Amino acid sequence: MIEVQNVTKYYGQVCALNHVSFDVQKGEIVGLLGPNGSGKTTLMRILTGFFPPTEGKVRVAGLDVETSSLEARQRLGYLPESVVLYPDMTVTSFLNFCVRVKGNAAAQRRGQVDRVLHECSLEHMAQRHIGTLSKGYRQRVGLAQALLCEPEVLILDEPTVGLDPNQVIEMRDLIKSLGGKTTVLLSSHILHEVGLTCHRVIIIDKGNIIAEDTAAGLSEKVQGATRIQLRVVGPQAEILSALRALPNVKDVQPQETSNLDVGGHRFVVLSPEKTIARDVAQVIVNRGWALHELTPTTLGLEELFVRLTGTGEQGKEAA
Amino acid sequence: MTASTKALTNFWAVVIKELRSYFLSPFIYLISAVFLLLSGYYFYTDLIFYVQYGFGTNILVNFWQLFFTDLRLVVLLTVPFLTIRLFTEEKRLGTIELLLTYPMRDSELYWGKFVACSIATLFMLSFTILYPTLLYSVQPFDWTITIAGYVGLICISLAFIACGLFISSLTDNLGVAGLSALGISLLFWILSWNDGATNQGVLRWLAEVSMVTHFQSFAQGFIDSKEVSFFTVFVLFFSFLTLRSLEARQWRGRK
Repeated sequence: MIEVQNVTKYYGQVCALNHVSFDVQKGEIVGLLGPNGSGKTTLMRILTGFFPPTEGKVRVAGLDVETSSLEARQRLGYLPESVVLYPDMTVTSFLNFCVRVKGNAAAQRRGQVDRVLHECSLEHMAQRHIGTLSKGYRQRVGLAQALLCEPEVLILDEPTVGLDPNQVIEMRDLIKSLGGKTTVLLSSHILHEVGLTCHRVIIIDKGNIIAEDTAAGLSEKVQGATRIQLRVVGPQAEILSALRALPNVKDVQPQETSNLDVGGHRFVVLSPEKTIARDVAQVIVNRGWALHELTPTTLGLEELFVRLTGTGEQGKEAA
Repeated sequence: MTASTKALTNFWAVVIKELRSYFLSPFIYLISAVFLLLSGYYFYTDLIFYVQYGFGTNILVNFWQLFFTDLRLVVLLTVPFLTIRLFTEEKRLGTIELLLTYPMRDSELYWGKFVACSIATLFMLSFTILYPTLLYSVQPFDWTITIAGYVGLICISLAFIACGLFISSLTDNLGVAGLSALGISLLFWILSWNDGATNQGVLRWLAEVSMVTHFQSFAQGFIDSKEVSFFTVFVLFFSFLTLRSLEARQWRGRK
Protein backbone atom coordinates (compact mmCIF):
# COMPACT_ATOMS: atom_id res chain seq x y z
CA MET A 1 0.00 0.00 0.00
CA ILE A 2 2.91 2.32 0.69
CA GLU A 3 6.01 1.99 -1.46
CA VAL A 4 8.99 4.19 -0.77
CA GLN A 5 11.79 3.69 -3.25
CA ASN A 6 15.18 5.23 -2.77
CA VAL A 7 13.88 8.51 -1.41
CA THR A 8 16.33 11.31 -0.76
CA LYS A 9 15.44 14.78 0.44
CA TYR A 10 17.72 17.75 0.74
CA TYR A 11 16.92 21.07 2.40
CA GLY A 12 19.60 23.19 0.80
CA GLN A 13 22.81 21.44 1.82
CA VAL A 14 21.20 19.53 4.65
CA CYS A 15 20.32 15.93 3.87
CA ALA A 16 17.08 15.06 5.68
CA LEU A 17 16.56 11.63 4.09
CA ASN A 18 19.23 9.51 2.53
CA HIS A 19 18.14 6.79 0.06
CA VAL A 20 15.28 5.49 2.16
CA SER A 21 13.32 2.48 0.85
CA PHE A 22 10.60 0.39 2.44
CA ASP A 23 7.18 -1.11 1.75
CA VAL A 24 4.10 -1.33 3.89
CA GLN A 25 1.58 -4.07 3.09
CA LYS A 26 -2.18 -3.64 3.15
CA GLY A 27 -3.59 -3.69 6.68
CA GLU A 28 -0.23 -3.46 8.36
CA ILE A 29 0.50 -1.03 11.20
CA VAL A 30 4.05 0.15 10.91
CA GLY A 31 5.88 2.40 13.32
CA LEU A 32 8.48 4.87 12.21
CA LEU A 33 10.83 5.36 15.05
CA GLY A 34 13.57 7.86 15.53
CA PRO A 35 14.81 10.68 17.69
CA ASN A 36 13.66 14.23 17.00
CA GLY A 37 15.12 15.56 13.78
CA SER A 38 15.72 12.12 12.26
CA GLY A 39 13.60 12.79 9.16
CA LYS A 40 10.26 11.26 10.23
CA THR A 41 8.16 14.33 9.54
CA THR A 42 9.96 14.98 6.26
CA LEU A 43 9.19 11.45 5.14
CA MET A 44 5.53 11.83 6.10
CA ARG A 45 5.23 15.13 4.27
CA ILE A 46 6.64 13.48 1.16
CA LEU A 47 4.17 10.60 1.52
CA THR A 48 1.23 12.98 1.81
CA GLY A 49 2.35 14.96 -1.24
CA PHE A 50 3.00 18.14 0.75
CA PHE A 51 6.33 18.40 -1.04
CA PRO A 52 8.15 16.06 -3.41
CA PRO A 53 11.40 14.20 -2.67
CA THR A 54 14.66 15.39 -4.20
CA GLU A 55 15.10 11.90 -5.61
CA GLY A 56 13.19 8.65 -5.57
CA LYS A 57 9.60 7.52 -5.98
CA VAL A 58 6.73 7.29 -3.53
CA ARG A 59 3.54 5.38 -4.20
CA VAL A 60 0.44 5.31 -2.02
CA ALA A 61 -2.25 2.75 -2.81
CA GLY A 62 -0.45 2.12 -6.09
CA LEU A 63 -0.55 5.79 -7.11
CA ASP A 64 2.47 7.99 -7.58
CA VAL A 65 2.03 10.91 -5.17
CA GLU A 66 3.74 13.29 -7.57
CA THR A 67 2.07 12.51 -10.87
CA SER A 68 -1.34 11.35 -9.57
CA SER A 69 -1.28 13.65 -6.58
CA LEU A 70 -5.02 14.31 -6.24
CA GLU A 71 -6.00 10.64 -6.59
CA ALA A 72 -3.35 9.59 -4.08
CA ARG A 73 -4.40 12.28 -1.60
CA GLN A 74 -7.98 11.04 -1.95
CA ARG A 75 -6.91 7.73 -0.42
CA LEU A 76 -4.93 9.27 2.42
CA GLY A 77 -5.73 10.36 5.91
CA TYR A 78 -3.09 12.50 7.55
CA LEU A 79 -2.64 13.67 11.11
CA PRO A 80 0.15 16.25 11.09
CA GLU A 81 2.47 16.75 14.03
CA SER A 82 1.13 19.05 16.77
CA VAL A 83 -2.27 19.62 15.20
CA VAL A 84 -3.52 23.04 16.09
CA LEU A 85 -6.81 23.28 14.24
CA TYR A 86 -8.98 26.33 13.63
CA PRO A 87 -9.75 27.52 17.17
CA ASP A 88 -12.82 29.50 16.10
CA MET A 89 -14.60 26.59 14.40
CA THR A 90 -16.81 24.07 16.13
CA VAL A 91 -15.86 20.41 15.85
CA THR A 92 -18.83 19.68 13.59
CA SER A 93 -18.36 22.63 11.27
CA PHE A 94 -14.68 21.78 10.90
CA LEU A 95 -15.43 18.14 10.09
CA ASN A 96 -18.20 19.20 7.70
CA PHE A 97 -15.67 21.32 5.84
CA CYS A 98 -13.16 18.46 5.73
CA VAL A 99 -15.68 15.92 4.48
CA ARG A 100 -16.76 18.21 1.65
CA VAL A 101 -13.20 18.49 0.46
CA LYS A 102 -12.19 14.89 1.07
CA GLY A 103 -15.29 13.05 -0.08
CA ASN A 104 -15.64 12.36 -3.74
CA ALA A 105 -19.39 11.97 -3.99
CA ALA A 106 -22.37 12.92 -1.87
CA ALA A 107 -23.04 9.24 -1.15
CA GLN A 108 -19.50 8.78 0.13
CA ARG A 109 -19.81 11.79 2.41
CA ARG A 110 -23.11 10.85 4.01
CA GLY A 111 -22.87 9.83 7.64
CA GLN A 112 -19.09 10.16 7.69
CA VAL A 113 -19.00 12.97 10.24
CA ASP A 114 -21.24 11.07 12.66
CA ARG A 115 -19.16 7.94 12.20
CA VAL A 116 -15.83 9.60 13.03
CA LEU A 117 -17.35 11.54 15.93
CA HIS A 118 -18.45 8.19 17.33
CA GLU A 119 -15.16 6.41 16.61
CA CYS A 120 -13.14 9.12 18.32
CA SER A 121 -15.67 9.49 21.20
CA LEU A 122 -16.30 13.12 20.37
CA GLU A 123 -20.11 13.16 20.24
CA HIS A 124 -20.46 15.19 23.44
CA MET A 125 -17.92 17.74 22.15
CA ALA A 126 -19.43 18.12 18.68
CA GLN A 127 -20.75 21.66 19.22
CA ARG A 128 -17.74 22.95 21.14
CA HIS A 129 -15.25 25.37 19.62
CA ILE A 130 -11.96 23.67 18.90
CA GLY A 131 -10.12 26.46 20.71
CA THR A 132 -11.83 25.53 23.98
CA LEU A 133 -10.91 21.84 23.79
CA SER A 134 -8.10 20.25 25.77
CA LYS A 135 -5.03 18.97 23.97
CA GLY A 136 -6.30 15.39 24.10
CA TYR A 137 -9.62 16.25 22.51
CA ARG A 138 -7.94 18.39 19.88
CA GLN A 139 -5.74 15.44 19.00
CA ARG A 140 -8.90 13.34 18.62
CA VAL A 141 -10.42 15.94 16.31
CA GLY A 142 -7.21 15.73 14.29
CA LEU A 143 -7.55 11.97 14.10
CA ALA A 144 -11.25 12.28 13.27
CA GLN A 145 -10.52 14.39 10.21
CA ALA A 146 -7.89 11.86 9.12
CA LEU A 147 -10.43 9.04 9.39
CA LEU A 148 -13.09 10.78 7.28
CA CYS A 149 -14.15 8.95 4.12
CA GLU A 150 -12.40 5.74 5.17
CA PRO A 151 -8.92 6.33 3.78
CA GLU A 152 -6.97 3.28 2.64
CA VAL A 153 -3.78 4.66 4.13
CA LEU A 154 -3.43 6.55 7.39
CA ILE A 155 -0.34 8.58 8.17
CA LEU A 156 -0.10 9.71 11.77
CA ASP A 157 2.72 11.96 12.91
CA GLU A 158 3.28 11.48 16.63
CA PRO A 159 -0.35 10.63 17.41
CA THR A 160 0.10 10.26 21.17
CA VAL A 161 2.23 13.29 21.96
CA GLY A 162 0.74 15.47 24.67
CA LEU A 163 -1.94 13.00 25.72
CA ASP A 164 -2.44 11.83 29.28
CA PRO A 165 -1.96 8.12 30.03
CA ASN A 166 -5.65 7.24 29.67
CA GLN A 167 -5.90 9.04 26.37
CA VAL A 168 -2.72 7.33 25.18
CA ILE A 169 -4.33 3.97 25.85
CA GLU A 170 -7.52 5.00 24.03
CA MET A 171 -5.54 6.29 21.08
CA ARG A 172 -3.52 3.07 20.99
CA ASP A 173 -6.66 0.93 21.02
CA LEU A 174 -8.21 3.01 18.28
CA ILE A 175 -5.15 2.65 16.08
CA LYS A 176 -4.99 -1.09 16.76
CA SER A 177 -8.65 -1.47 15.81
CA LEU A 178 -7.89 0.05 12.42
CA GLY A 179 -5.28 -2.60 11.59
CA GLY A 180 -6.36 -5.20 9.07
CA LYS A 181 -8.50 -2.94 6.89
CA THR A 182 -6.51 0.28 6.99
CA THR A 183 -2.79 0.58 6.41
CA VAL A 184 -1.25 2.71 9.11
CA LEU A 185 2.15 4.38 9.25
CA LEU A 186 2.75 6.20 12.51
CA SER A 187 5.77 7.96 13.85
CA SER A 188 6.98 8.28 17.37
CA HIS A 189 10.08 8.86 19.37
CA ILE A 190 8.69 6.84 22.25
CA LEU A 191 9.98 3.35 21.59
CA HIS A 192 7.69 1.60 24.03
CA GLU A 193 4.69 3.10 22.27
CA VAL A 194 5.56 1.70 18.87
CA GLY A 195 6.25 -1.73 20.31
CA LEU A 196 2.70 -1.84 21.67
CA THR A 197 0.76 -0.82 18.57
CA CYS A 198 2.80 -1.78 15.55
CA HIS A 199 3.29 -5.02 13.68
CA ARG A 200 6.57 -3.79 12.39
CA VAL A 201 9.06 -1.11 13.35
CA ILE A 202 11.30 0.91 11.08
CA ILE A 203 14.07 2.71 12.90
CA ILE A 204 15.37 5.81 11.27
CA ASP A 205 18.24 8.00 12.35
CA LYS A 206 19.79 11.01 10.61
CA GLY A 207 17.82 10.21 7.46
CA ASN A 208 18.91 6.57 7.22
CA ILE A 209 16.97 3.40 7.99
CA ILE A 210 19.07 1.53 10.51
CA ALA A 211 16.78 -1.38 11.35
CA GLU A 212 13.49 -2.89 10.27
CA ASP A 213 11.78 -5.75 12.12
CA THR A 214 9.07 -6.60 14.61
CA ALA A 215 9.58 -5.10 18.06
CA ALA A 216 10.18 -8.55 19.56
CA GLY A 217 12.47 -9.55 16.72
CA LEU A 218 14.57 -6.48 17.25
CA SER A 219 14.97 -7.14 20.99
CA GLU A 220 16.01 -10.71 20.41
CA LYS A 221 18.44 -9.75 17.70
CA VAL A 222 20.29 -7.35 19.92
CA GLN A 223 20.14 -9.18 23.20
CA GLY A 224 19.42 -12.88 22.87
CA ALA A 225 18.88 -13.33 26.60
CA THR A 226 16.12 -13.62 29.19
CA ARG A 227 15.94 -10.79 31.63
CA ILE A 228 14.02 -10.73 34.88
CA GLN A 229 13.48 -7.97 37.35
CA LEU A 230 13.26 -8.73 41.07
CA ARG A 231 12.39 -6.93 44.25
CA VAL A 232 13.43 -8.83 47.32
CA VAL A 233 13.39 -7.88 50.98
CA GLY A 234 16.59 -9.12 52.65
CA PRO A 235 20.30 -8.38 52.93
CA GLN A 236 21.44 -7.00 49.58
CA ALA A 237 24.98 -8.44 49.49
CA GLU A 238 23.87 -11.95 50.40
CA ILE A 239 21.06 -11.97 47.86
CA LEU A 240 23.47 -10.80 45.21
CA SER A 241 25.99 -13.56 45.86
CA ALA A 242 23.28 -16.23 46.11
CA LEU A 243 21.86 -15.23 42.75
CA ARG A 244 25.30 -15.06 41.15
CA ALA A 245 26.03 -18.57 42.39
CA LEU A 246 23.10 -19.99 40.41
CA PRO A 247 24.00 -21.99 37.32
CA ASN A 248 23.10 -20.40 33.95
CA VAL A 249 23.05 -16.90 35.34
CA LYS A 250 25.09 -14.62 33.15
CA ASP A 251 24.88 -11.46 35.17
CA VAL A 252 23.09 -9.93 38.16
CA GLN A 253 22.93 -6.21 38.57
CA PRO A 254 21.65 -4.45 41.67
CA GLN A 255 19.29 -1.63 40.67
CA GLU A 256 18.43 1.65 42.27
CA THR A 257 15.24 1.45 44.29
CA SER A 258 12.47 3.80 43.28
CA ASN A 259 10.62 6.08 45.67
CA LEU A 260 7.48 4.10 44.96
CA ASP A 261 8.97 0.90 46.45
CA VAL A 262 7.72 -0.06 49.86
CA GLY A 263 10.97 -1.81 50.74
CA GLY A 264 13.58 -4.28 49.59
CA HIS A 265 16.21 -4.20 46.88
CA ARG A 266 15.92 -4.39 43.12
CA PHE A 267 17.98 -6.67 40.91
CA VAL A 268 18.10 -7.51 37.23
CA VAL A 269 19.08 -11.08 36.32
CA LEU A 270 20.33 -11.93 32.84
CA SER A 271 20.43 -15.50 31.63
CA PRO A 272 20.48 -17.45 28.36
CA GLU A 273 18.03 -19.93 29.96
CA LYS A 274 14.29 -19.26 29.48
CA THR A 275 13.34 -21.08 32.73
CA ILE A 276 15.63 -19.05 34.95
CA ALA A 277 12.72 -17.36 36.75
CA ARG A 278 11.79 -20.63 38.48
CA ASP A 279 15.34 -21.19 39.79
CA VAL A 280 15.63 -17.63 41.01
CA ALA A 281 12.31 -17.78 42.86
CA GLN A 282 13.26 -21.10 44.44
CA VAL A 283 16.57 -19.92 45.85
CA ILE A 284 15.03 -16.79 47.35
CA VAL A 285 12.20 -18.66 49.01
CA ASN A 286 14.54 -21.37 50.32
CA ARG A 287 16.77 -18.76 52.00
CA GLY A 288 13.75 -17.23 53.73
CA TRP A 289 13.82 -13.86 51.98
CA ALA A 290 10.60 -12.20 50.86
CA LEU A 291 10.09 -12.12 47.11
CA HIS A 292 7.92 -9.09 46.40
CA GLU A 293 8.23 -8.82 42.68
CA LEU A 294 9.40 -10.92 39.76
CA THR A 295 8.90 -9.56 36.26
CA PRO A 296 10.25 -11.06 33.07
CA THR A 297 11.23 -8.17 30.79
CA THR A 298 12.64 -7.87 27.32
CA LEU A 299 15.32 -5.38 26.55
CA GLY A 300 13.67 -1.97 26.55
CA LEU A 301 13.43 -0.42 23.14
CA GLU A 302 15.21 2.59 24.59
CA GLU A 303 18.32 0.52 25.20
CA LEU A 304 17.85 -1.20 21.89
CA PHE A 305 17.77 2.12 20.15
CA VAL A 306 20.88 3.32 21.90
CA ARG A 307 22.66 0.13 20.83
CA LEU A 308 21.50 0.39 17.23
CA THR A 309 22.37 4.02 16.73
CA GLY A 310 25.51 3.77 18.80
CA THR A 311 24.81 7.10 20.44
CA GLY A 312 25.09 5.48 23.86
CA GLU A 313 28.61 4.19 23.19
CA GLN A 314 29.75 7.53 21.95
CA GLY A 315 28.20 9.16 24.95
CA LYS A 316 30.13 6.87 27.29
CA GLU A 317 33.38 7.49 25.50
CA ALA A 318 32.87 11.18 25.64
CA ALA A 319 32.14 10.98 29.34
CA MET B 1 -18.79 12.76 -10.02
CA THR B 2 -16.74 14.55 -12.62
CA ALA B 3 -13.54 16.42 -11.88
CA SER B 4 -15.09 19.83 -12.49
CA THR B 5 -18.00 19.37 -10.09
CA LYS B 6 -15.54 18.10 -7.50
CA ALA B 7 -13.46 21.23 -8.03
CA LEU B 8 -16.60 23.32 -7.54
CA THR B 9 -17.46 21.44 -4.33
CA ASN B 10 -13.97 22.10 -2.97
CA PHE B 11 -14.18 25.75 -3.96
CA TRP B 12 -17.54 26.23 -2.22
CA ALA B 13 -16.36 24.35 0.84
CA VAL B 14 -13.52 26.86 1.19
CA VAL B 15 -15.85 29.83 0.55
CA ILE B 16 -18.28 28.64 3.23
CA LYS B 17 -15.51 27.92 5.72
CA GLU B 18 -13.98 31.37 5.25
CA LEU B 19 -17.33 33.18 5.38
CA ARG B 20 -18.14 31.32 8.56
CA SER B 21 -14.92 32.40 10.18
CA TYR B 22 -15.44 35.99 8.96
CA PHE B 23 -18.98 36.40 10.15
CA LEU B 24 -18.81 34.35 13.34
CA SER B 25 -15.97 36.43 14.71
CA PRO B 26 -16.53 39.99 15.94
CA PHE B 27 -13.61 41.19 13.84
CA ILE B 28 -15.51 41.94 10.64
CA TYR B 29 -18.14 43.94 12.52
CA LEU B 30 -15.41 45.99 14.16
CA ILE B 31 -13.74 46.64 10.79
CA SER B 32 -17.12 47.54 9.29
CA ALA B 33 -17.78 49.95 12.13
CA VAL B 34 -14.46 51.70 11.55
CA PHE B 35 -15.12 51.68 7.82
CA LEU B 36 -18.57 53.22 8.27
CA LEU B 37 -17.35 55.78 10.76
CA LEU B 38 -14.73 57.04 8.31
CA SER B 39 -16.92 56.84 5.22
CA GLY B 40 -19.82 58.50 7.05
CA TYR B 41 -17.57 61.31 8.11
CA TYR B 42 -16.33 61.75 4.53
CA PHE B 43 -19.89 61.72 3.22
CA TYR B 44 -20.93 64.38 5.69
CA THR B 45 -17.98 66.74 5.19
CA ASP B 46 -17.93 66.29 1.39
CA LEU B 47 -21.64 67.08 1.25
CA ILE B 48 -21.33 70.13 3.50
CA PHE B 49 -18.43 71.31 1.36
CA TYR B 50 -20.52 71.23 -1.82
CA VAL B 51 -23.62 72.63 -0.17
CA GLN B 52 -21.69 75.64 1.08
CA TYR B 53 -19.15 76.22 -1.66
CA GLY B 54 -20.74 74.30 -4.55
CA PHE B 55 -19.91 76.30 -7.62
CA GLY B 56 -20.41 75.40 -11.24
CA THR B 57 -23.22 73.48 -12.84
CA ASN B 58 -22.40 69.87 -11.97
CA ILE B 59 -22.54 70.10 -8.23
CA LEU B 60 -23.57 66.49 -7.70
CA VAL B 61 -21.07 65.12 -10.24
CA ASN B 62 -18.33 66.97 -8.43
CA PHE B 63 -19.61 65.77 -5.09
CA TRP B 64 -19.67 62.11 -6.09
CA GLN B 65 -16.23 62.37 -7.60
CA LEU B 66 -14.80 63.71 -4.35
CA PHE B 67 -16.76 61.26 -2.24
CA PHE B 68 -15.69 58.16 -4.17
CA THR B 69 -12.09 59.28 -4.17
CA ASP B 70 -12.27 59.61 -0.39
CA LEU B 71 -14.12 56.32 0.03
CA ARG B 72 -11.32 54.66 -1.92
CA LEU B 73 -8.89 55.70 0.82
CA VAL B 74 -11.09 54.11 3.46
CA VAL B 75 -11.18 50.89 1.42
CA LEU B 76 -7.39 50.97 1.19
CA LEU B 77 -7.15 51.26 4.96
CA THR B 78 -9.60 48.49 5.81
CA VAL B 79 -9.23 45.76 3.17
CA PRO B 80 -5.73 44.67 4.31
CA PHE B 81 -7.29 43.79 7.66
CA LEU B 82 -9.63 41.41 5.90
CA THR B 83 -6.92 39.74 3.84
CA ILE B 84 -4.12 39.34 6.39
CA ARG B 85 -5.45 36.28 8.10
CA LEU B 86 -6.40 34.30 5.00
CA PHE B 87 -3.11 32.47 4.44
CA THR B 88 -1.06 33.90 7.30
CA GLU B 89 -3.36 32.37 9.90
CA GLU B 90 -3.27 28.98 8.17
CA LYS B 91 0.51 29.11 8.20
CA ARG B 92 0.66 30.27 11.79
CA LEU B 93 -1.66 27.53 12.99
CA GLY B 94 -0.11 24.88 10.76
CA THR B 95 -3.46 24.05 9.17
CA ILE B 96 -2.02 24.89 5.75
CA GLU B 97 -0.30 21.50 5.87
CA LEU B 98 -3.66 19.84 6.30
CA LEU B 99 -5.32 21.82 3.50
CA LEU B 100 -2.51 21.21 1.04
CA THR B 101 -2.58 17.47 1.64
CA TYR B 102 -6.33 17.26 1.06
CA PRO B 103 -7.49 16.21 -2.42
CA MET B 104 -7.83 19.83 -3.43
CA ARG B 105 -5.93 21.93 -5.96
CA ASP B 106 -4.08 25.03 -4.75
CA SER B 107 -6.18 27.11 -7.14
CA GLU B 108 -9.46 25.86 -5.60
CA LEU B 109 -8.19 26.91 -2.19
CA TYR B 110 -6.98 30.28 -3.49
CA TRP B 111 -10.13 31.27 -5.37
CA GLY B 112 -12.30 30.10 -2.49
CA LYS B 113 -10.47 32.46 -0.17
CA PHE B 114 -10.52 35.24 -2.76
CA VAL B 115 -14.27 35.00 -3.26
CA ALA B 116 -14.99 34.77 0.47
CA CYS B 117 -12.92 37.89 1.13
CA SER B 118 -14.68 39.68 -1.74
CA ILE B 119 -18.06 38.84 -0.24
CA ALA B 120 -16.91 40.15 3.14
CA THR B 121 -15.73 43.37 1.49
CA LEU B 122 -19.03 43.74 -0.39
CA PHE B 123 -20.83 43.28 2.90
CA MET B 124 -18.86 46.20 4.29
CA LEU B 125 -19.41 48.35 1.20
CA SER B 126 -23.12 47.56 1.02
CA PHE B 127 -23.85 49.70 4.09
CA THR B 128 -22.71 52.81 2.22
CA ILE B 129 -25.69 52.46 -0.17
CA LEU B 130 -27.48 54.31 2.61
CA TYR B 131 -25.73 57.59 1.67
CA PRO B 132 -26.95 57.92 -1.95
CA THR B 133 -30.38 56.63 -0.90
CA LEU B 134 -30.62 59.32 1.73
CA LEU B 135 -29.44 62.00 -0.66
CA TYR B 136 -31.85 60.82 -3.35
CA SER B 137 -34.80 61.22 -1.00
CA VAL B 138 -33.82 64.85 -0.50
CA GLN B 139 -32.65 65.70 -3.99
CA PRO B 140 -33.16 63.20 -6.86
CA PHE B 141 -30.13 62.80 -9.12
CA ASP B 142 -28.80 60.65 -11.94
CA TRP B 143 -27.85 57.23 -10.54
CA THR B 144 -25.39 56.36 -13.30
CA ILE B 145 -22.54 58.30 -11.65
CA THR B 146 -23.10 56.48 -8.38
CA ILE B 147 -23.21 53.10 -10.08
CA ALA B 148 -19.99 53.80 -11.97
CA GLY B 149 -18.40 54.91 -8.71
CA TYR B 150 -19.40 51.66 -7.03
CA VAL B 151 -18.11 49.55 -9.92
CA GLY B 152 -14.82 51.41 -9.54
CA LEU B 153 -14.76 50.80 -5.78
CA ILE B 154 -15.42 47.11 -6.29
CA CYS B 155 -12.64 46.90 -8.88
CA ILE B 156 -10.15 48.60 -6.61
CA SER B 157 -11.22 46.44 -3.64
CA LEU B 158 -10.64 43.27 -5.66
CA ALA B 159 -7.21 44.58 -6.62
CA PHE B 160 -6.36 45.23 -2.95
CA ILE B 161 -7.67 41.77 -2.02
CA ALA B 162 -5.48 40.05 -4.63
CA CYS B 163 -2.48 42.04 -3.45
CA GLY B 164 -3.23 41.36 0.23
CA LEU B 165 -3.70 37.64 -0.38
CA PHE B 166 -0.33 37.46 -2.08
CA ILE B 167 1.35 39.14 0.88
CA SER B 168 -0.45 36.87 3.32
CA SER B 169 0.79 33.80 1.44
CA LEU B 170 4.38 34.91 2.01
CA THR B 171 4.50 35.21 5.78
CA ASP B 172 3.24 33.63 8.96
CA ASN B 173 3.35 36.89 10.89
CA LEU B 174 0.10 38.85 11.04
CA GLY B 175 1.80 42.18 11.66
CA VAL B 176 4.12 41.77 8.70
CA ALA B 177 1.23 40.67 6.48
CA GLY B 178 -0.97 43.61 7.44
CA LEU B 179 1.66 46.29 7.20
CA SER B 180 3.12 45.01 3.91
CA ALA B 181 -0.31 44.70 2.30
CA LEU B 182 -1.12 48.25 3.36
CA GLY B 183 2.26 49.52 2.18
CA ILE B 184 2.16 47.83 -1.22
CA SER B 185 -1.45 48.87 -1.87
CA LEU B 186 -0.54 52.43 -0.95
CA LEU B 187 2.50 52.30 -3.21
CA PHE B 188 0.39 51.29 -6.22
CA TRP B 189 -1.75 54.26 -5.40
CA ILE B 190 0.79 57.02 -4.96
CA LEU B 191 3.08 55.81 -7.71
CA SER B 192 2.22 58.65 -10.07
CA TRP B 193 1.65 61.40 -7.55
CA ASN B 194 4.74 63.45 -7.91
CA ASP B 195 5.42 64.78 -11.39
CA GLY B 196 8.57 66.52 -10.25
CA ALA B 197 10.26 63.46 -8.77
CA THR B 198 10.83 61.69 -12.05
CA ASN B 199 11.09 62.42 -15.77
CA GLN B 200 8.14 62.30 -18.13
CA GLY B 201 9.02 58.97 -19.74
CA VAL B 202 9.12 57.08 -16.45
CA LEU B 203 6.06 58.91 -15.18
CA ARG B 204 4.04 57.69 -18.15
CA TRP B 205 4.88 54.10 -17.25
CA LEU B 206 4.18 54.64 -13.58
CA ALA B 207 0.84 56.23 -14.39
CA GLU B 208 -0.09 53.08 -16.29
CA VAL B 209 0.21 50.91 -13.16
CA SER B 210 -1.04 53.51 -10.70
CA MET B 211 -4.48 52.89 -9.26
CA VAL B 212 -5.26 56.59 -8.99
CA THR B 213 -5.08 57.01 -12.76
CA HIS B 214 -7.28 54.02 -13.38
CA PHE B 215 -9.83 54.88 -10.75
CA GLN B 216 -10.40 58.45 -11.91
CA SER B 217 -12.82 57.74 -14.77
CA PHE B 218 -15.06 55.60 -12.50
CA ALA B 219 -15.30 58.47 -10.03
CA GLN B 220 -16.31 60.75 -12.89
CA GLY B 221 -19.17 58.41 -13.79
CA PHE B 222 -17.75 56.31 -16.64
CA ILE B 223 -17.32 52.56 -16.74
CA ASP B 224 -14.42 52.29 -19.15
CA SER B 225 -13.64 48.79 -20.38
CA LYS B 226 -9.96 49.75 -20.52
CA GLU B 227 -9.96 50.49 -16.80
CA VAL B 228 -11.97 47.39 -15.98
CA SER B 229 -9.44 45.29 -17.86
CA PHE B 230 -6.58 46.99 -16.01
CA PHE B 231 -8.02 45.85 -12.68
CA THR B 232 -8.73 42.39 -14.10
CA VAL B 233 -5.11 42.03 -15.19
CA PHE B 234 -3.96 43.37 -11.83
CA VAL B 235 -6.03 40.75 -9.99
CA LEU B 236 -4.93 37.92 -12.29
CA PHE B 237 -1.28 38.91 -11.99
CA PHE B 238 -1.33 38.83 -8.18
CA SER B 239 -3.36 35.61 -8.22
CA PHE B 240 -0.66 34.09 -10.39
CA LEU B 241 2.00 35.23 -7.91
CA THR B 242 0.04 33.81 -4.95
CA LEU B 243 -0.39 30.43 -6.63
CA ARG B 244 3.35 30.33 -7.34
CA SER B 245 4.04 31.24 -3.73
CA LEU B 246 1.84 28.35 -2.53
CA GLU B 247 3.62 26.05 -4.94
CA ALA B 248 7.03 27.21 -3.71
CA ARG B 249 7.03 24.56 -0.97
CA GLN B 250 7.55 22.05 -3.79
CA TRP B 251 10.62 23.79 -5.14
CA ARG B 252 12.86 23.31 -2.12
CA GLY B 253 15.45 20.60 -2.46
CA ARG B 254 14.66 19.92 -6.11
CA LYS B 255 17.29 19.09 -8.62
